[in-house]
Amino acid sequence: MLLGFLLRRAVVTVVLLVGVTLVSFLLIQAVPGDTMTATLSEQALQDPEVVAAYRARWGLDEPLHVQYLVYMRNLLQGDLGVSQQTGRPVLDDLLTYVPATLEIALPAMLLSLVLGLAIGLYAAVRHDRFGDHAVRAGTLVGLSTPPFWLALVVLYVFFYLLGLSPSGGRLSTWIVPPEKVTGSVVVDAALEGRWDVVWDAVQHTALPVLVLTVLTVAMLVRFVRSAMLEVLDADYVRAARAKGLPTSRVLTAHVLRAGLVPVITVSGLAFAGLLSGTVLVEQIFSWPGVGQYAFRSASALDLPAVLGVSLFVAIVYTAVNLLVDLAYGLIDPRIRLS
Amino acid sequence: MSALLSLDRLSVTLHGGQRVVEDISLEVPEGEIVGVAGESGSGKSMTASALLGLLPDRSSTGGHAWWRGGGDEIDLLTLDQRAWNRVRGTQVAMVFQDATASLHPMLTVGTQVTEHMRVHLRMSRRQARDRAVELLDRVRIPDPEHALRSYPHQFSGGMRQRVAIAAALACQPRLLVADEPTTALDVTVQAGILRLLEELRAETGLSVLFITHDLAVLAALTTRAYVFREGRVVESGATEQLLFHPEHEYTRTLVAARPQADDWDEWEGPA
Repeated sequence: MLLGFLLRRAVVTVVLLVGVTLVSFLLIQAVPGDTMTATLSEQALQDPEVVAAYRARWGLDEPLHVQYLVYMRNLLQGDLGVSQQTGRPVLDDLLTYVPATLEIALPAMLLSLVLGLAIGLYAAVRHDRFGDHAVRAGTLVGLSTPPFWLALVVLYVFFYLLGLSPSGGRLSTWIVPPEKVTGSVVVDAALEGRWDVVWDAVQHTALPVLVLTVLTVAMLVRFVRSAMLEVLDADYVRAARAKGLPTSRVLTAHVLRAGLVPVITVSGLAFAGLLSGTVLVEQIFSWPGVGQYAFRSASALDLPAVLGVSLFVAIVYTAVNLLVDLAYGLIDPRIRLS
Repeated sequence: MSALLSLDRLSVTLHGGQRVVEDISLEVPEGEIVGVAGESGSGKSMTASALLGLLPDRSSTGGHAWWRGGGDEIDLLTLDQRAWNRVRGTQVAMVFQDATASLHPMLTVGTQVTEHMRVHLRMSRRQARDRAVELLDRVRIPDPEHALRSYPHQFSGGMRQRVAIAAALACQPRLLVADEPTTALDVTVQAGILRLLEELRAETGLSVLFITHDLAVLAALTTRAYVFREGRVVESGATEQLLFHPEHEYTRTLVAARPQADDWDEWEGPA
């Protein structure tokens, strides 16, 4: 059963990924201007020889469908092409930028889940009383705060006023970065046993994680609250209370469990969002993550890089969706795959 | 004689001031099944909720609910949360109208029958499981061992209600408050549940406060009954007396409103 489900999913995923490359490929062509005008200088563009050489170098002199087929053929061999911006293989670029994003997205997501469940459940239990109103006001503020503004404010407060945190980047400039193994500075430094470096790196993640968490928590709390409100009135929760179970057990084993399905869905989407596009926050904290890479590749019309990022985002979303669907089955026996 | 439970002029006012139960006095003697009949909105479910401290948020109560099941006489209406959790399940338990809704859809039957045993009776997982097998067997669930590992949706409606009854009885309560437990079931399945309740009463001395709007059920199961209307008791007494020689006009209307077999003779087809 599970195997069949995974197989069907795999087929759908492949079709989806092909679709994503095709659409990204065509969209880039539709944009006025091309990578040449973005990369070459005015003077170089005047020189037909340079232009011809450039076009031949990147295969731009071939017809469109040939360009696409060549890309797909290479893709099947695991070759994502070379970025016209960085001059490095796109795969290497992704392997550099993705771990950096993970380093802030993962802690932000875990924190958001814990806080979101706790605060959302609290608000639901205190429904329509002061605690609930306070939480709702708080989430409204959190949701209406622009990420880049919040990033600037925390930077101003924690770096400039209090001097508690670094201003950006992944490590203090005087520290020799650890050898790249996983791509996460925190993990790599820990592997080398350089705990002072680990601490320095963790301090650098603090503010970006804080900003991402505030935004994600605000949204999660709202979902958790309304999901739990629906469950709190259910007969089975009354039945659990009628059995004389302690409130803590009623809330965790009965209420939380039942309200988890919609929460998982939203959490999945939120996590995929964190992984694939927090450009502004990364920009402000000089964080070399996927968002920055995507932004720079797109503004340079760097076709291989844009396609690479699109593929990455598509894979993230399908993987997260798959995990969410599998989680449903774990949580709710009624939707166990059959 | 002092009954197991005596409601003394119980009243319930919801947040917002709506009074849903007014001056209800009622007695449930040890080892008896007492009926409460009334239309929806007559305050019978609110009375049941009050007996388990499960009234809606911010409602207030008046009067007394004297409970003599735990040694000393206590007033249930004065209990705080902690004290309630010592009474619920172990002294007073409840079965709800629709077992599909009152059993948690994502927890196994085993969990739902054993979790409060482990809290109240401090049983080990194993002890609780063994007792759960006995309980399920007691309420006539076939293959109890397998049932413990199953989820509620894998049972029929009648079987689900039996599971709910087993869960309610797990910690040996003295009083079972049954709020329309057979309303959602087919007539034949309903008869089985009623028989089970009567057996439990006869064998274990369990008292039952049986709430229903179905007078036939009342007649089959209870010896004493109360008729509720708009939050008040309009008539009470021996069930037989109530049904065959109703004194109050409302009771007469209720009895007359029962569907009769000969009603069909006058029926002229769909309008």
